[in-house]
Amino acid sequence: MHDFGYHRPTTLADAAAALESAEDGKLMAGGQTMIPTLKQRLAQPSDIVDLGAVEALTGIREEGGALAIGAMTTHAEVAASDLVKARIPALANLAGGIGDPQVRHRGTIGGSIANNDPAADYPAGCVGLGATIHTGKRQIAADDFFTGLFETALEENEIVTAVSFPLPGQAAYAKFPNPASRYAIVGVMVAQTGDSVRVAVTGAGPCVFRDRAIEAALSSNFSASAVGTSSADESALNSDIHASAEYRKHLIGVMAKRAVAAAGG
Amino acid sequence: MPTVTMTVNERQVSGEVEGRTLLVQFLREHLNLTGTHVGCDTSQCGACVVHLNGDSVKSCTILAVQANGGKVTTIEGLASGDALHPMQEAFHEHHGLQCGFCTPGMVMSAVDLLSKNAKPSEKEIREWLEGNICRCTGYHNIVNAISHAAQQGDAA
Repeated sequence: MHDFGYHRPTTLADAAAALESAEDGKLMAGGQTMIPTLKQRLAQPSDIVDLGAVEALTGIREEGGALAIGAMTTHAEVAASDLVKARIPALANLAGGIGDPQVRHRGTIGGSIANNDPAADYPAGCVGLGATIHTGKRQIAADDFFTGLFETALEENEIVTAVSFPLPGQAAYAKFPNPASRYAIVGVMVAQTGDSVRVAVTGAGPCVFRDRAIEAALSSNFSASAVGTSSADESALNSDIHASAEYRKHLIGVMAKRAVAAAGG
Repeated sequence: MPTVTMTVNERQVSGEVEGRTLLVQFLREHLNLTGTHVGCDTSQCGACVVHLNGDSVKSCTILAVQANGGKVTTIEGLASGDALHPMQEAFHEHHGLQCGFCTPGMVMSAVDLLSKNAKPSEKEIREWLEGNICRCTGYHNIVNAISHAAQQGDAA
């Protein structure tokens, strides 16, 4: 790992200023992806701005029919939160299945979504639940936030501050994890609110996506037997030593069924 | 270079580090606390697990500067003089180790588990050990040791 200047601001304004004044600054949230990336020299920033001391980025609140989760809230905090377990148990479940306990003690929701790993769990949680991403300057719908492989709608030096999740009617997340890393080979978040059903898939493609065919099938009949076949274009799905594209496409249907069953459908 | 100050095993320590110095390097190379091991250096194996402010973390995946001002407990901080910590006693009693390389991380993870879940089921123990790898594959006795420590009730 190359050395870098280290900054530990306590306010969002100071964090933004440190980032602006750095030659090639990078934000660090929990560091669970950032530090391994630095070790491999896949990134060599001149400066690291650590958000770990910015109090305003922590905490979980219920406001206006939604749960607002601060960007620096760890996976372990979301998984153990009585509020999350009561209002959106699917989200607590998702957070409790990320990585391992030690990773969950450090890794954060803001870091996860800003990195947008194609096999991360939170992108499916955000898109499936129709979340809104709050940044220092605007709000972005989850549908518009995740734009491609490790790509998001975030602009240079834009800082994620919180994610708000509208309370769903019923929701559940099912994942087929890689047995070594616990990253999703395929993970599916299913949420039904009123007449609307959202089905978000992570792990299968280069970026989280909604499966419109399964959404349509579940909109008319919210039950596991109605899930049918994924509409994903197999040629656009990931294929690697862990799973072929064909197998991933199959798993989308299986995980969707498990999620619907777990959601009570 | 940044100076870090933290409480390690109830003793206040400080030292000059680089921004890139990992917590595990600070513990092993600056403080000579070599009980914390580096197995994979890629956040997978858990040999480097220590407690930071009451939570188990992988000390190979946290910078020393991030732990500045924090409270760290390593494997060296568990025993009281010659008296082993109950979790160490349980690993000894139930032969929860073979080569012993992964043991410091296993013990630190296990102590954290019982602090959060005093009476875990066998399934919960195995799930909690997801981030700790034993290359001797001695999991059976490790799980036994943690189960017995939980039954004894004072190993958190």
